[in-house]
Amino acid sequence: MNISAIDAPLAPDDVRSLITQASDALLAPGGLDLESLDQALGHALGPGIDFAELFFQRSWRETWALEDGEVKDAGFHIDGGVGVRSLCGEKTGFAYSNQITAQALAKTGHTASSIARDGGRAVQVEARASVFEPRYAAIDPFAGLEAAEKVALLKEADRIARACDPAVSQVSVSLGAVYDIVMVRASDGTLAADVRPLVRFNVSVIAARGGRRERGSAGGGGRFSISELRDRNVAERYAREAVRQALVNLEAVDAPAGELPVVLAGGWPGVLLHEAVGHGLEGDFNRKGSSAFSGRIGERVAAPGVTVVDDGTLAGLRGSLSVDDEGTPSACTPLIEDGRLTGYMQDKLNARLMGMSPTGNGRRESYAHLPMPRMTNTYMLAGQHRPEEIIESVERGLYAVSFSGGQVDITSGKFVFAASEAYLIENGRITAPVKGATLIGSGPEAMGRISMIGDDMMLDEGIGVCGKEGQSVPVGVGQPTLKLDAITVGGTQV
Amino acid sequence: MDQDRVCERVPDESAFQENFMSEAFDAKQQQRTLEARVALAVEHAKAKGASACEVGASASQGLEVSVRLGEIDTMELSRDQGIGVTVYFGTRKGSASTSDDSEPSVREAVERACAIAQFTGEDPAAGLADPDRLATEFPDLDLYHPWALSPDEAIALASRCERAGLEVAGIDNSEGASVSSHEGVSVYGNSLGFLQGQRGTRHGFSCVLIARDQVGMQRDYDYSSAREAGQLRDPEEVGRSAAQRALRRLGGRKLATGRYPVLFVPELASGLVGHLLQGIAGGALYRQSSFLCDALGETLFPEWFSLFERPREMRGSASANFDSEGVATRDNRFIDSGRLASYLLSSYSARRLGMSSTGNAGGARNLRISAPLESFEALLAKMSRGVVVTELMGQGVNTVTGDYSRGAAGFWVENGAIQYPVEGFTIAGDLRRMFASLVGIGDDVDRRGNVHSGSWLLEEMMVAG
Repeated sequence: MNISAIDAPLAPDDVRSLITQASDALLAPGGLDLESLDQALGHALGPGIDFAELFFQRSWRETWALEDGEVKDAGFHIDGGVGVRSLCGEKTGFAYSNQITAQALAKTGHTASSIARDGGRAVQVEARASVFEPRYAAIDPFAGLEAAEKVALLKEADRIARACDPAVSQVSVSLGAVYDIVMVRASDGTLAADVRPLVRFNVSVIAARGGRRERGSAGGGGRFSISELRDRNVAERYAREAVRQALVNLEAVDAPAGELPVVLAGGWPGVLLHEAVGHGLEGDFNRKGSSAFSGRIGERVAAPGVTVVDDGTLAGLRGSLSVDDEGTPSACTPLIEDGRLTGYMQDKLNARLMGMSPTGNGRRESYAHLPMPRMTNTYMLAGQHRPEEIIESVERGLYAVSFSGGQVDITSGKFVFAASEAYLIENGRITAPVKGATLIGSGPEAMGRISMIGDDMMLDEGIGVCGKEGQSVPVGVGQPTLKLDAITVGGTQV
Repeated sequence: MDQDRVCERVPDESAFQENFMSEAFDAKQQQRTLEARVALAVEHAKAKGASACEVGASASQGLEVSVRLGEIDTMELSRDQGIGVTVYFGTRKGSASTSDDSEPSVREAVERACAIAQFTGEDPAAGLADPDRLATEFPDLDLYHPWALSPDEAIALASRCERAGLEVAGIDNSEGASVSSHEGVSVYGNSLGFLQGQRGTRHGFSCVLIARDQVGMQRDYDYSSAREAGQLRDPEEVGRSAAQRALRRLGGRKLATGRYPVLFVPELASGLVGHLLQGIAGGALYRQSSFLCDALGETLFPEWFSLFERPREMRGSASANFDSEGVATRDNRFIDSGRLASYLLSSYSARRLGMSSTGNAGGARNLRISAPLESFEALLAKMSRGVVVTELMGQGVNTVTGDYSRGAAGFWVENGAIQYPVEGFTIAGDLRRMFASLVGIGDDVDRRGNVHSGSWLLEEMMVAG
């Protein structure tokens, strides 16, 4: 094996050990090594191809599900393969295989590179290990907890939830963990590997009282081990939180309809930022001119004081990456600074075509999907106001604490997010809980109506999944408590 | 760097074409391979001591080409496979899956499933379908129509589709047009001796265009999808339609908050049927997490409305002789003259509810509506003043309570005619009340998906602008 490529003086030990770990898991079983990737890249680098890339992956996923007090299903899932991409200007050729062998690399390489048929080809650069700082431990997240202990963890959450209140009639608990090993080698010299643990614990309850039935759910996780998840006391915390939410919703009255001031709690309500500005600032939409934010760098797109970043570097978070799926180290990218648009999130293709630099946002669902610019952890920095003071400033409005998700049309800028726990604010005080309602606004307009920003910046618990063009990736969001002077609330009462 | 070696290879002029052709998907051969793997898995599970086992396997291949502003954007060859194993040790269950269908991987998956089953709890309802419910007849449902589509032809079709749209005045940008062709095989087998496969194809094209005026941009799309390429719409017509759909959204105004009649266009009306099906799905019912718990026999819709499935329809988009656990599919009637006549049950959920399977493991197939149909114009006249909804956004549907609140865009109707586009509003209500307030169904039936429906006119919803 030619290790000179990764003996570069800059490559720290942990980066080198990641490459060795990935090479053993991904290449060795099919009789390949790092050196053989040069030849494999050659297949994908036909005439007219200016960039070629191999992305190797193997994932092991374990799931446990409890219902009616018993673990009724548990599963183990293995997926893996190689995705080969050849670029020619704006054109992309792509093929993949679930076999990681020399033969499969030749076949998929020829297929991908046939996107172009003539012209000069890129010079293949010798491998240089990407240098980055690991943002999580390169571990198998299943290790450290026996099967019986996982069962016990699920049962503990069930027991606690049922003991919380007699109204609790159903409890579902799930535990999932993914052990993901990836490696990317590209014709521009890129060589990077990453080992990505991801765990998730979730409790969902149904509470029934007086002919009404409501659901409450809570969960979280991140890039760490199942044993750490247990040590964070997730069974008790999420069981209590799910029950609390269901009980609140049992009391909920009809939500108001129309334009109202809305106070959003800190943390997960940051889904506002993900929808209202995040997607619109992804490089692909801006290169194509299809985003409501296209061509607006430097312009005011939010109220003064609003600063939003996308930050993949936060240790152990669900949306974090040590290095993205194209081998670019993750970064903290300012998107909006003091209300002005300052940056886009980029992958390699869109950065090159727009004359910008990649920002560590090149992500893909798996080897069987093409990378594109995606968010990591998107959040707003804290402001000056105390949360109580923000609520006190509202005469009649809505206080939204939790959301089931959102969606955006990046071209018109219209976005929605659906509140799943919300309260009326009357004369500066939080009063009755209201039923779930969708909030709808236009990105730049809503961001311009942020009038108060709290000093309580919080990140979510690690539950976000972002879908774009059929690809799902884990993400995070966060924000301080903040006030929108007016947004349309989709309740049923005038 | 090793440039010499890279230059040695003199690639073929039409390498993609050749590779694609040389790897042509042999569905019959694939089916035989998958059947052998499924049989192997079932045998291996028995050898490992499992009292029962069931296995699903699938393989598919596809070509998808997209063109943007007249240039090739992406060309993608996909080939997917997977095998999923569920084993039972008495009433304990374990499962495993792998994307590698080689014999050693299949054996490994079985062993993983067996290992994990040692830690799950007893579940008296767990197990295979009842033997007497398994399908025994397998007529050809005419689902397999491969399309010998070369990449060059796909590029030409996508270009024609997009060009026709870009030629429409006012269309200023494109997210591209794409053409795709997929074929696949799926096989299900279990330790009761059931082993059956099914082949199918799906082809289509789609186009997304952007219109612009002084105020902003609007994007919309259209698509065509069919099991046989010959049944696809004319690509130019799809491109022009996407253009018209984007253009008509320009100049969207706000709405005044109030209660109005709401008309759901066909592609959104099928979503309302989807919410009904979620509500009567066995899994939601036995978990007591449906707005339709214990509603069997109740009148949910007007008496002129019935909803049924035709799972064995020839060329149907969701046709199948058996469901995802081998149970014979049958013509279920879910809503009969307005009344909830049947739930949607698998063997497991049926056992949990003390009922029997309706052959709906994996969902309902080819849903059809029986109702007196009216023209779209007649529905607008009936509405007189209200909102036509052409787009819905977000997840604001709570199927535990039936509470419904979603973002929307569409058109304002006054005096029975469309006046202007509206956007940035929400529509809200309660699913049960929405179903009961259905006052008319259009003859503008959308036949592209699993649910064939025309427009739905609801008497009144809360609209917030």
